Amino acid sequence: MTSILQIFILIPIIGFIVSLLIPRKMEGVLSWTAFSTVGVHLISFIVFLVYWLLHGHETLNLKEIVLFKSKEYEFLIDFCFDKITVVYLLVGAFLTFLVTIYSRYYLHREQGYKRFFNTILFFYVGYNVAILSGNFETLFIGWEILGISSFLLIAFYRDRYLPVKNAIKVFSVYRIGDIGLILAMWASHHLWHENITFLKLSNYELVHEHLQSHSFTGVFISIMILVAAAVKSAQLPFSSWLPRAMEGPTPSSAIFYGSLSVHLGVFLLVRTFPFWEHQISVRILIALLGFSTSLIASLIARVQSSVKSQIAYASIAQIGLIFIEVAAGFENLALFHFAGNAFLRTYQLLVSPSIVSYMIREQFYNFVPRHHTIEDSFPKKVEYSIYMMSLKEWNLDLFMDYIVWKPLKNVGRKLDFLTVKKLLFLFVPTYFIGLLLLYNEENLAVELHEYLPGLFSLIGFIMVLKSYSERKNPRMSWLLIIMNHFWIALAISFNEHFKVEEAVFYLSGIVIMGTLGYFTLSKLTAIEKVLDLNRFNGHVYEHPRFAMMFLVSCLGLTGFPITSTFIGEDLIFSHIHEDQVFLAFLISSSFIIGGISVVRLYARIFLGPHIKTYHEVAYKSS
Amino acid sequence: MKAHNLSFDEHEILHELKHYLPAQAPLKDFVHHNTLHAFQHLKFYKAIRNASKIFGYKVFLSLDEFRTLYYSKRISPAILDKVIVERMGEEHLEDWKEKVLHKEYDTLISPRVGNLRANWKLVHHIDMDLLVHPILFRILCSFLDQGISIWSFPNIHKGFLASIREMERNTFTSFFKTERARKLLLEGNCKIEDLLKILVGDASFYKQYLYDQQFAHQGWSGMVSVVEDLPQTLLDHKKISTHDLIVFELLLEIDALDFKFGENWVTLGSTVKENAKDVFAEVPETELNQVLIIWQDAFEWTYYDQVLAGIQLEKGTKREIQEKSFQAMFCIDDRECSIRRYLEKFDNACETFGTPGFFGVEFYYQPEHANSYTKQCPSPVNPKFLIKELGSKKKEGKDAHFTKQTHSLLSGWLFSQTLGFWSIFRLFLNIFRPSMSAASVSSFKHMDKESTLTIEHGHHHSHPRKDELQIGFTVDEMAQRMEGLLKSIGLVKDFAPIVYIVGHGASSVNNTHYAGYDCGACCGRPGSVNARVASYMLNHIEVRKILASKGIDIPETTQFVGALHDTTRDEILFFDENILSEKNKVGHEKNEPLFVKALDFNAKERSRRFESIDTKLTVEDIHEKIRIRSVSLFEPRPELNHATNAICIVGRRELSKDLFLDRRAFMNSYNYKVDLDGKYLFNILKAAAPVCGGINLEYYFSRVDNQKLGAGSKLPHNVMGLFGVANGIDGDLRPGLPSQMIEVHDPIRMLFIVEHFPDVVLNTIKTAPETYEWFNNEWVHLVVVNPESRKVFRFENGHFVPYQAVHEQLDSVADIETLLESNQENFPVYLIK
Repeated sequence: MTSILQIFILIPIIGFIVSLLIPRKMEGVLSWTAFSTVGVHLISFIVFLVYWLLHGHETLNLKEIVLFKSKEYEFLIDFCFDKITVVYLLVGAFLTFLVTIYSRYYLHREQGYKRFFNTILFFYVGYNVAILSGNFETLFIGWEILGISSFLLIAFYRDRYLPVKNAIKVFSVYRIGDIGLILAMWASHHLWHENITFLKLSNYELVHEHLQSHSFTGVFISIMILVAAAVKSAQLPFSSWLPRAMEGPTPSSAIFYGSLSVHLGVFLLVRTFPFWEHQISVRILIALLGFSTSLIASLIARVQSSVKSQIAYASIAQIGLIFIEVAAGFENLALFHFAGNAFLRTYQLLVSPSIVSYMIREQFYNFVPRHHTIEDSFPKKVEYSIYMMSLKEWNLDLFMDYIVWKPLKNVGRKLDFLTVKKLLFLFVPTYFIGLLLLYNEENLAVELHEYLPGLFSLIGFIMVLKSYSERKNPRMSWLLIIMNHFWIALAISFNEHFKVEEAVFYLSGIVIMGTLGYFTLSKLTAIEKVLDLNRFNGHVYEHPRFAMMFLVSCLGLTGFPITSTFIGEDLIFSHIHEDQVFLAFLISSSFIIGGISVVRLYARIFLGPHIKTYHEVAYKSS
Repeated sequence: MKAHNLSFDEHEILHELKHYLPAQAPLKDFVHHNTLHAFQHLKFYKAIRNASKIFGYKVFLSLDEFRTLYYSKRISPAILDKVIVERMGEEHLEDWKEKVLHKEYDTLISPRVGNLRANWKLVHHIDMDLLVHPILFRILCSFLDQGISIWSFPNIHKGFLASIREMERNTFTSFFKTERARKLLLEGNCKIEDLLKILVGDASFYKQYLYDQQFAHQGWSGMVSVVEDLPQTLLDHKKISTHDLIVFELLLEIDALDFKFGENWVTLGSTVKENAKDVFAEVPETELNQVLIIWQDAFEWTYYDQVLAGIQLEKGTKREIQEKSFQAMFCIDDRECSIRRYLEKFDNACETFGTPGFFGVEFYYQPEHANSYTKQCPSPVNPKFLIKELGSKKKEGKDAHFTKQTHSLLSGWLFSQTLGFWSIFRLFLNIFRPSMSAASVSSFKHMDKESTLTIEHGHHHSHPRKDELQIGFTVDEMAQRMEGLLKSIGLVKDFAPIVYIVGHGASSVNNTHYAGYDCGACCGRPGSVNARVASYMLNHIEVRKILASKGIDIPETTQFVGALHDTTRDEILFFDENILSEKNKVGHEKNEPLFVKALDFNAKERSRRFESIDTKLTVEDIHEKIRIRSVSLFEPRPELNHATNAICIVGRRELSKDLFLDRRAFMNSYNYKVDLDGKYLFNILKAAAPVCGGINLEYYFSRVDNQKLGAGSKLPHNVMGLFGVANGIDGDLRPGLPSQMIEVHDPIRMLFIVEHFPDVVLNTIKTAPETYEWFNNEWVHLVVVNPESRKVFRFENGHFVPYQAVHEQLDSVADIETLLESNQENFPVYLIK
């Protein structure tokens, strides 16, 4: 029975690949592919579900594919099937099925009809991988697919400024969550000395035994999981991304940001509940976070004067409550609440344009100029302050900016003196020195040896920061990201076990994709002469092929599961020692910020309002 | 040294600025108008050339689109040659033809407005719009909100700026990040000029700065300007002005700069090297302009020429109908063009008329239980009458999904776990079996068929006045209006036993622009009330007596019946049939199936444009699909509204009866014999030019630049405060038409075809300057058909000159159905055999 599980991953993947091959003009075939993929998926799942229920409904675990194996390390894809999966799969498949049918007519004649259905199916692949995943590694694959497909859906109207800007914003916030997940994975490697499956996590004795001796690591993992969950479910302080994600066509906003995507944080918590169940401090923390989010978000929802942002904040508030339910151990209630909230918000978003005629008619008959609300009874000063704070979304947006993004940019700006030439002159020799040191590793003083990984990864991290803030030369920005990976490989090589094959495994994807990207950029620069990164250029209008090529190379360079680099990254982390928290943090940050940097590069060059105005170009404010 | 003396006169500049801002009313009062109304004092081509250079609008189809049209034969080579010869002279034909067809041009558009403020980014490296717009829009939207937010803007009655000042005075927080701007606001020290001095410094740049600033978000600025001028357009009145908006925005800009640089930064004016330029300086004509003008002319006349040829080729002999079965009055609307053709086809003893769909009666209408009323006539008219609905039994459905309780925390907890599961079921139903719900708009709900109306003054009420409005009309007032109605359409004798007066409305769901789908002559409402009111008046014995004294003798046996045609669902509802005499009842029972049949075929004719409907199905099946379409949540095109509109015919039905015009014509019935001196013609043109011309030009501009002059795709639209739509949550409002409404539209100006003698028409249009402007400045075209000789004269630079059609023959069709099934594109004009 267990082996059937892979079918539920295969169906969406096949549908996605088929949809890529269909010509753009064939609207009917495209939408048919999409809804029959989801339909077949839904039906076969229901059949399986009935069978499963009748046969004792045990938790299933499928240790499926070992992608990489060395003596002490094994990368495997693992699937798990239980009640949680059932609820998420059922809600997800049903909603996606309805929405694909809905979009079939709704998107008729829209530029990017094909892109839409491709992305939906891609999203659906990611969703299924994530909710069927049986270990962190598999979950992370799904997680990454969701991140990139979210970016593509939010930036669906890629010729306008706001969708592209907000897509980058959401993607960047998502990446913060990814740091949480990567570090949680790293720490759990060391805790369990294996790729722990979620099934094993529910073994109380096992967990208890390990946590006794490593209570700090246990709390660390839980908090990293919480960070990842809070980001995905738009909890404090990350909430402001959710309303800004509502830039795509209404049906995509409805299922992804109204329901599926935004409830994945809840999924992560429910999934890992057995792990932190006995860490009372963590449970209190989760409940507190949920509580404060629901309070603040419902205040913000009260003052929203646009339909979609109102629904978004109302949904966040409910998810806050779900967090509390999970923390309190009411798993069934949380799952039920999830389903209800997902359905309700999806429908509300889909009918949101109707609110105009509905409310205007309502008012025509029962107009009351001003509803008395509870806030009217507050002292004026308190009333005004809370109102103004809520209108400003409690400065959440500013907060993220000042805590995270501004400092990064500022550090990067300090490196403005670097040019491509200086870069090569400074760092190529340094790198060779590093290699030389590595060659003579045995002769190094122990003190020095200890610091080298940190030092080299710091150099890599600085390069990433420079790439992130680079505004003049896109190729430079690109090169810096590639170099970062080399520095990381070097740094890790000083941690004894890292072998040459492993380095090759890690770097091969980088080299191939890096070259492809560099080649694309050079070609494009040759045609367009100037690529100004201070603004969006919108070159996808004239160069859709380049845009596609560059997107693929961006994905490769960020360690997306299309090259061996993806496993390589995980491999790298398995070589970071338990006591090298700083190193782990540096490397994970440089992966994450590097990812943001290349996606931004892609967006600045290819997306946004086209710089050539011989055709209709939208205002920046739209 | 300054090139121009550009001293700062706040009042004048704001007045002028408001004139250029989009003038689109809130969604509930959506009425089509000329998007570039501010340029209407100029000749069309000059106006759009200026608008393009000043504001960066694209004002023509692109050169490539024109050339594609040419190669696909949609632009006729003969007409193109003719246009070039007329404009450039015979000797330059080849030369210009080469340019028009093959030469490459730099077609980049770089507007003047926006250049000055761009220096914030170039010189100060600060993205002003990004810092100011989101918070500004959010505050504006919350202030103007009509009922989306649960907790609304406190202290609204004092006006925008005063409310914000009041809040800033009394709070622990602030909308500003720094002290200076806040102080300026609180101490009331914020004249626009003073703030500009801080920001810009150099007075010669002030005007351009304000244009740059307001046109960076013309949607919001336009809405503020409209609400300032017409506060009653919002049910929940708001006191706001362009002045307040500018002051607040300038303060936010100072705040943004202070926050980034402290209080020491250099003004924008001192960083600009060049002198201030007059953004409105005359824009020189380029060769590219001329090429595009030639294309536009050729495109327009390719179609017009077919119509005019058709009119000349028509036999034009009036078939004498011995005994008329019925007569029917429809709205002038282009959507009623085909239903009239089908009625006439299936019953050749009937006769149809077209007239603006408020049927000459202007009033406010108050449905039963409503506490406000709505205008039922063209929007510029301000009626003095009120008509109330009594005894209505209709109930408005409720839908919990729109209630605010679902958005608050604790009730939301309950709702999401109960209503949530109901929602998914509803969604499932609507996808597989769409049906009418509380969320949908239906024209039939506007007035209950079983209700009565207070049409006659003093008849029903002891308190005859309400808010300075008179309830109902007196007999004299009725007669006066009905005389005007009947004479303007030339229906003064030979009345059939039953005369239907058919208003129209539309049904849709998930449609923020629903008001634009109803009758434009009824101010974006269904015309059912007007149809019923006019019928009542014409059935009134006293009114008929007065009409008889004016030469309109309506036989006692003739009865008028009001009706409503739903143009989306193609359904019809008749009112007050119980007043019919026994004989007419029989006649009506015979006519009703005829209407149903005509509507079925009308649905089929419309369906050819819809991808989701197979036009080859039976008419009944198609009609059912059309009905389903109108209540489907996922259908962004319930109907295509006025798309493809191109001409407006003012004349007798015989003029165009045998032409297949593909639903592209507005048709106003008019008989020159009843109106030899053009008195009624003046009234017709006075209304038709701005109404039809406004519709046409809104479609034109939304089509040629759907991003800047239209609303873009409606799929990502987010409803802001119930009065507008925007993209996402931080976007500017999007006035204009969404792409789904205009994609099949051919952007050509409207051709008015009037049947009368040229000299009479010339005198008529010159009577009112505001009407004459439309024709003389070429925002619409005008030709006159001499009713006796059938010769055509074209209006050019103030004169009528003879026009000889290039097309000598037109194809004819015998079987329209087969034609309809052939393709989705616009058809040429055909003669109907």
